[in-house]
Amino acid sequence: MSEPLFTPAEQKRFDDGIAQLLSHYPNDRKSAAMLPALRLLQSIKTWCPPEGMKLVAERLETTVAHCYEVATFYVMFHTEKPGKYVIDVCTNLSCALRGAEGMLKYLEQKLNTHAGTNGEKVFLRETECLASCGTAPCMQINEDHHENLTKEKVDRLLETLT
Amino acid sequence: MSVLTEKVMTRDWGKPGQNTLKGYKERGGYQQLKRVLDSMQPAQITDEVKKSNLRGRGGAGFPTGLKWSFVPSLEKNTKPRYLAINADESEPGTAKDRFILENDPHMLLEGIGIACYALGAHSCYIYARGEFKYPSSVLDAAIAEAYADGIFGKKLMGKDFELNVVQVRGAGAYICGEETALLESLEGKKGWPRLKPPFPAVVGLFGCPTVVNNVETIAALPRIFEKGADWFSKLGAAKSGGTRLVTLSGSVIRPGTYEVSMDTSMRELIYDKEYGQGLPEGRNVKAVIPGGSSAPVLTPDELDVKLEFDAFKPLNSMAGSGGVIVIDDATCAVRSIWRVARFYAEESCGQCTPCREGQPWMARLIRKIEEGRGEMSDLDTLMNVAQAIAPWPPIGLGNTICALGDAGALPVQSFVQKFRKEFEEHITRKGCPYGEKPWGAYGEFQ
Repeated sequence: MSEPLFTPAEQKRFDDGIAQLLSHYPNDRKSAAMLPALRLLQSIKTWCPPEGMKLVAERLETTVAHCYEVATFYVMFHTEKPGKYVIDVCTNLSCALRGAEGMLKYLEQKLNTHAGTNGEKVFLRETECLASCGTAPCMQINEDHHENLTKEKVDRLLETLT
Repeated sequence: MSVLTEKVMTRDWGKPGQNTLKGYKERGGYQQLKRVLDSMQPAQITDEVKKSNLRGRGGAGFPTGLKWSFVPSLEKNTKPRYLAINADESEPGTAKDRFILENDPHMLLEGIGIACYALGAHSCYIYARGEFKYPSSVLDAAIAEAYADGIFGKKLMGKDFELNVVQVRGAGAYICGEETALLESLEGKKGWPRLKPPFPAVVGLFGCPTVVNNVETIAALPRIFEKGADWFSKLGAAKSGGTRLVTLSGSVIRPGTYEVSMDTSMRELIYDKEYGQGLPEGRNVKAVIPGGSSAPVLTPDELDVKLEFDAFKPLNSMAGSGGVIVIDDATCAVRSIWRVARFYAEESCGQCTPCREGQPWMARLIRKIEEGRGEMSDLDTLMNVAQAIAPWPPIGLGNTICALGDAGALPVQSFVQKFRKEFEEHITRKGCPYGEKPWGAYGEFQ
């Protein structure tokens, strides 16, 4: 038999979370909770595994196809298990004018990877504007935001990745 | 020099506890909502907002009071009505709404109370972009405080009017900042914009009348009711009231988010000691994108334009979301617009053919020219592809369902038109004249 998706504690977190989310929407609009429900699933499992999508579809009274349609449309949802640290680097114009292309190269060298390649430890990605235009360049590590970055600051951040 | 005589939006930012209910209330917070609930009828509120000349700060600059007045009366339409707050700030160059959420979240929440009462809306959804982990956490804490204090809930500040406010986070799709895509996303779907009409004011969230307003727009309401609509209107320009939050980025000495008078010129924003403090020694302005990356580019001879909504039209550009990106003369124009084109190619939702196919095509052509593989005929193709998405000069309506088509096509056309020589130089030299250093004064990562 395959392993259950959730531990009992995770199952409770999921159930309570879904109940809370559904309270925010009209009763006949359960599927409106799709984005927050997938976010909840991902916060528990670090990604959106197929069994989890099935569960979300059941609770939201919609189809698994609907879950996939949404999960694959939005870049923040992972339909494949990402590395332990997802690093998103903005290379849009405001950041590029403050060294973002060089920063991305620096990260690729330091982490010995290429942007867009998912690894066990690190998934380095080039991403779009993160609203740090006046505090560029910037990146996010597992959604934690870091701005006004320099080589020194990046070095220090990378040291925290264990 | 036009100085900002009075801070409106940023007045209390950074003061002790301002991002908590206690700090906000110490400086008069929620008194305007209370007063409005006690002494004004919903229609009077809308009239005040009209009088204030408040215009939408999300990009289009549409008059807010007028937008509210499109919601049909309860006699004509008995469905529930909704307020949706657009906190999906993702236009490249724009970083202002996040600072409202981080520094003064209750200013937005008080504004929501005023707006919902005016609109007869008992539910408000705040749609915040998924990447805003910290701003969203501050906002969630503020919402919880407002419920615990009896501001929101069954009785809005004790008034017999139920109001529920919830934050919903996006998940990384620029298109969801477009108001109908935002509504689709709130309904739990992928963000594909809807054809208009019907407009959201009539058929919006869950098929019900819905007003979608930007964070900065709604956060201005408490101040408007504190100081009066006339005061707010006079602060601004002829047809746009108040001040503006602008984000200054790129090749200036002091980038950042500033509150400015609508009477401030672009030149003052870039060079004044209060704001950008100019460019580093030896560098000059080559180009300025004035209102987020979808705003067509300006050249150094166009910098006397005032930072108000109507001033940019004669220049075929727009004030947009207040994202001012300064590009210095050591920066490659082709590389710059490639970054912009790449963004719209990535973010096209894929619904309309001209945009889905055209944006990546433009990005490929520009990249080809930047890398020295371009031919002169590529420039014509580039302009033709752009023209098929949205015509130049802009007429405010492209060939796609939503404005993302225009947002990608118009900047490209403006760059090719204004920097054509540089494009041609790339082609004739078979390479970028800036070589390995295309990013100007601050382009090196240090």
